[in-house]
Amino acid sequence: MSSLVIQDLHVAIGEKEIVKGLSLTIGSGEVHAVMGPNGTGKSTLAKAIAGHPDCTITKGDVILDGVSILEQEADERARAGIFLAFQYPSEIPGVSIANFLRAARQARLAEGEELDATAYYKRLYARMDLLKIDRKFTSRAVNEGFSGGEKKRCEILQMAMLEPRIAVMDETDSGLDIDALRIVADGVNTLRGPNLGVLLITHYQRLLEYIVPDFVHVMYDGRIVKSGGKDLALELEAKGYDWVKKDFATATA
Amino acid sequence: MPAPSSASAPARSPVGSFASDLFTSHLASLAAAPAWWLDRKRAAYEQFAGLPLPRRTDESWRFSNILGLSLDGYGLPAPATTRLAPFPISSAASLTFVNNTLIRGAAAESKLPAGVIVTTLAEAAVRHADLLQEHFMAQPQKLGSAKFAALHTAFVGDGAFIHVPRGVELAEPILIQHIASGAGAAVFPHTLVIAEENSRVCVVDTFVSDDAGAHFACGANDLYAGHGANLTYVGAQAWSRDTLSFQFNSTVVRRDARVQSLNLNVGGRQARHESLSQLQAPGGFSEMLALTVADRTQEFDQRTLQIHQAPNTKSDLLYKNALRDKARTIFSGLIVVDPDAQKTDAYQSNRNLMLSEEAEANSLPGLEIQANDVRCTHGATSSRIDPEQEFYLQSRGITKAMADELLTFGFFEEVLNRLENEELHAALRALIQTQFKKK
Repeated sequence: MSSLVIQDLHVAIGEKEIVKGLSLTIGSGEVHAVMGPNGTGKSTLAKAIAGHPDCTITKGDVILDGVSILEQEADERARAGIFLAFQYPSEIPGVSIANFLRAARQARLAEGEELDATAYYKRLYARMDLLKIDRKFTSRAVNEGFSGGEKKRCEILQMAMLEPRIAVMDETDSGLDIDALRIVADGVNTLRGPNLGVLLITHYQRLLEYIVPDFVHVMYDGRIVKSGGKDLALELEAKGYDWVKKDFATATA
Repeated sequence: MPAPSSASAPARSPVGSFASDLFTSHLASLAAAPAWWLDRKRAAYEQFAGLPLPRRTDESWRFSNILGLSLDGYGLPAPATTRLAPFPISSAASLTFVNNTLIRGAAAESKLPAGVIVTTLAEAAVRHADLLQEHFMAQPQKLGSAKFAALHTAFVGDGAFIHVPRGVELAEPILIQHIASGAGAAVFPHTLVIAEENSRVCVVDTFVSDDAGAHFACGANDLYAGHGANLTYVGAQAWSRDTLSFQFNSTVVRRDARVQSLNLNVGGRQARHESLSQLQAPGGFSEMLALTVADRTQEFDQRTLQIHQAPNTKSDLLYKNALRDKARTIFSGLIVVDPDAQKTDAYQSNRNLMLSEEAEANSLPGLEIQANDVRCTHGATSSRIDPEQEFYLQSRGITKAMADELLTFGFFEEVLNRLENEELHAALRALIQTQFKKK
């Protein structure tokens, strides 16, 4: 069993504090949805967990299975079990998905150990079959010229191949069409299980119709202002973010 | 004798190690050569000795490390063998030269169609003198190295002569390996390819050192594509890190012919490559590609010239450099369109991927257009690795070093993908990979 413990996390980008004291614990087998209006720090939270160099942690801690990961580089965190599904994944021209994933798998082996190519492809094709992805997909360059849906499919496939302990899915404001939404949802639902904890960041309740979360947290102004079960998302949908803003204003007044 | 170019630079001998007594002994070793060949070499030696070394003020040597061009400390090496593994591609025929001497020549009989000649220059000088006279170093030296090209002609010991007759197509490449062995070895690789009307051939030239010694390489390749011919040339340069290298390419493209050349450069201390494409008749197309991995203190100096001499000709140049550490590259390219070369379509692009803050890429693209109905574009870019791309790779567990390697391969793939032969693609990719594994 794994756990990601976020303790009173403060994150600044440049001089500006964006995340202002956020605490959250995600255990294996749990899906936590973090919702919130634009500009409230959701994507910054995701980037900070993954180790983006632009994020400065000014206070607090992020602990994966008892070990603080804040001193680790992004690649160390990934090898330790953190996966970030990007809102806007980068295009990597000239590097096929197959070679990219191969490098990522190779990076998880000990120094001097060579990846078993046959086993790798067997595993890759098994995951692709599971996610109903066409075999031809992996010979394409990573995200290059991909539609929104293809980019999401590529992220989900990577997640399936890298078997993270904690997946942070940044879907905020990505304007996903219904197909892309289903790809993400089907992927998460397929990979969901006792060994995976998911932090699902989303602006719209819509995604949560397809991925039913165990917990819903509302984020506003850099911190979590409300937590609850899956019904909280519905309540939020009905009342809108103004409701949270009003509550928050009252609470901090 | 030229005067020293400046007070601060030490006066250097314009011939260095290649003094007249060395030339005399070289000629003595060619007892079997025909008189015309020896005369040609004597004239070339005179030209070499009479020309000054490049000077800092020479436009065609702008940005080059002039002080690195010393010709001292080299000699004509003794014959040697090699234990180097052959370049890993299957070929219709192959010739291997070590220290300017053929040590291995093999034609896979079933693969080499009748009439195709794959032999040595020495043999060609005797048996195919007319072809050799017509094509050997026959094109003008316009890119600044007339002196070193003359040195090449003067000292060229042996080399490859390939003649593909009219209408003959080769399915597999012809492989020519040039190897330098022993400290101070001076080698003069030469590959001459004559592809006659409507023939099709791919020639792969490799340049490697048998040891880490300081070598001097002064090579040339002459490519001639006759009417409708399809000629692919791949040069893979991996000399020792202590080698001073010059390589001169001349490509002549006749009517409706297509030449694709790809030069991969990874070796040498200082390596200059000059490439001249002459589009002499309508419908001709020259595709000029190069990939360079420059690291530590290496300098790669590439000078190109695309001359459109006839209407409806096309050239497409793409030179990509990946620079690491304190490496330097120079790209100077010129497109010339003659007055009657209407409907020319010329493209020239130099792209540099900077993997280090301390590396230096110099680009000098140029155009000289004398026709009015043409399409010519050129451009040069230098960019660093996009930090978001790097973070994306790292977020998958890939180390920064490996991320740089992957992104470099991605950057090169656009060029490698233009090769039809996948085995060749893989072999070049593996050679590039060795540059990243060393550290």
